[in-house]
Amino acid sequence: MTSVSIAEPPPRPGPGRRLSTFFFRHPRVRLWTLLALPVLWLGVVYIGSLLVLLLSAFWTADPFTAKLVHEFTLDNFRRVIETPVYRDVAFRTIRMAALVTLACAVLAFPLAYYMARIASTRTRNLLVVAVLMPLWGSYLVKAYAWRTILSGEGAINWALGPFGVSFNGFSNTGLWLVFTYLWLPFMVLPIYAGLERIPQSLLEASSDLGGRSVRTFFRVTLPLVFPAVVAGSIFTFSLTLGDYIAPTLISSDQFIGTVIYREYGTALPFAAAYAMVPIVVIVAYLLVARKLKAFESL
Amino acid sequence: MVESRLTRALLRLGAGFTLFFIYFPLIVIALYAFNGNVTQRWPIEDWSTKWFPVAFENQGVRDALKHSVMAGLGATAIALVLGTLASTAISRYRFFGREIVTFAVILPIALPGIVTGLALQATIKDVLGPFGVKFGLATIVIGHATFCVVVVYNNVLARLRRTSGSLDEASADLGADNWQTFRYVMFPQMRTALLAGGLLAFALSFDEIIVTIFTSGAIQTLPIWMYATLFRPTELPIVNVVALFVILVSIIPVYFAQKLAGDTGVAGSTAQAAPAATQEDATP
Repeated sequence: MTSVSIAEPPPRPGPGRRLSTFFFRHPRVRLWTLLALPVLWLGVVYIGSLLVLLLSAFWTADPFTAKLVHEFTLDNFRRVIETPVYRDVAFRTIRMAALVTLACAVLAFPLAYYMARIASTRTRNLLVVAVLMPLWGSYLVKAYAWRTILSGEGAINWALGPFGVSFNGFSNTGLWLVFTYLWLPFMVLPIYAGLERIPQSLLEASSDLGGRSVRTFFRVTLPLVFPAVVAGSIFTFSLTLGDYIAPTLISSDQFIGTVIYREYGTALPFAAAYAMVPIVVIVAYLLVARKLKAFESL
Repeated sequence: MVESRLTRALLRLGAGFTLFFIYFPLIVIALYAFNGNVTQRWPIEDWSTKWFPVAFENQGVRDALKHSVMAGLGATAIALVLGTLASTAISRYRFFGREIVTFAVILPIALPGIVTGLALQATIKDVLGPFGVKFGLATIVIGHATFCVVVVYNNVLARLRRTSGSLDEASADLGADNWQTFRYVMFPQMRTALLAGGLLAFALSFDEIIVTIFTSGAIQTLPIWMYATLFRPTELPIVNVVALFVILVSIIPVYFAQKLAGDTGVAGSTAQAAPAATQEDATP
């Protein structure tokens, strides 16, 4: 506890303070100190990996050792485009993704509408959590649960039994049901958010001008919420496109994901080339979605 | 009220149906954990808890659980650091390449998991392999951290947007150094957002399978153990118990995260779900 005389110069600042001063004088350095780690991780580990994948699509694999032969070739892409089977698989997957998206939109709409416009604040908050929890819940457990439910001795056929009907769950119809189930919450949330953003006054104006509720819905609500539906469809569509676990568990048909998964061990270059199919489709889808103003609703 | 009585009744019915559809499989699989029979017939006739101790004693399950927890903790730790750094930079600075950074954060979750998985596997095997890198827990953590960053990033970013940078400046004016400003000004403001992001990142990592299969080598996490075992009919009772456990572990954090994150909440951070909240930056 020494007393400091006034004449004494201020104590030399500690290293922390000097560093802070340096950062204050050099905001660029401060920014890039913050960004260095995230950019390194995502840029090198992730984007770098994607580039390695893209690059390996131009190589070949030795058919006996599965080792990569680093010689430039377009054969893998040629095989993807020219082999009818792979074209069929791609179209089947895209059709499945479109049907799943449609089903998700139809199922999600009433719930989202109820949450946004009918439910009390308390109920609404409860419902948001109720939709969110299964969204984060285990994907594999959900797919497995459906495998159990759809099986010959499962709950669905038990319920259908008294009507003398049986349902072959391990089919593409069953898979459609499972995909719809898996991605449904991804559709509910954007639609809910989109509906909540529509000002009540617009709907009242429409009804003041004589628009009955059906007309108000089709002329006012639906056009305003459409970008949000497209926003939700980005997830339902792209998640279906790349999946390989659910098809393996439910269906016996091949999909883009299952082909990639089957091939990558022995023919990585071909798997890499085939992986470009969902990437291209998704990028195209994103461009269309952007035109439809979907990104503002995300 | 614009909606007529009938419309409201129909909407209630439709909403109820969708909600039932969302919860029905989860309830069914939870009930199967109490099925005493080895066959998976519905309805369950022999109620029993006898498979719980069997699952608990199972060495494969124990190892897998250990790996899942370790991978989850490792990935969450990395995601917390990277997510906080990135969201601080994005929320407090305007700079060239800002859109690219936000885009790069979202990309791992926007591209199909199989692409991410395959890319990581190709890199680990063909580029890092010659340097002696092997598939294992470390590569699982690397894969998980990559897509967990976005969850933390979104939660913290949403919080930082609501707080003002002037507080940081005031702190500096009052003589705090960078660390003190972070420790006493910024951290208390984003503590709950970090906790929420961390919980979600852990939940995401804990039950991830699509990427994990490509990066795990011979190590089994809980979802990989399940996937490998569910094709063996005699072991399904154990799978059912594990499934119930996984549902609880992945759903409970979400409940608390929602509480913690407050109004912007998980819905905002559902950029997992909805590259949502962040897209306003990503698109000019």
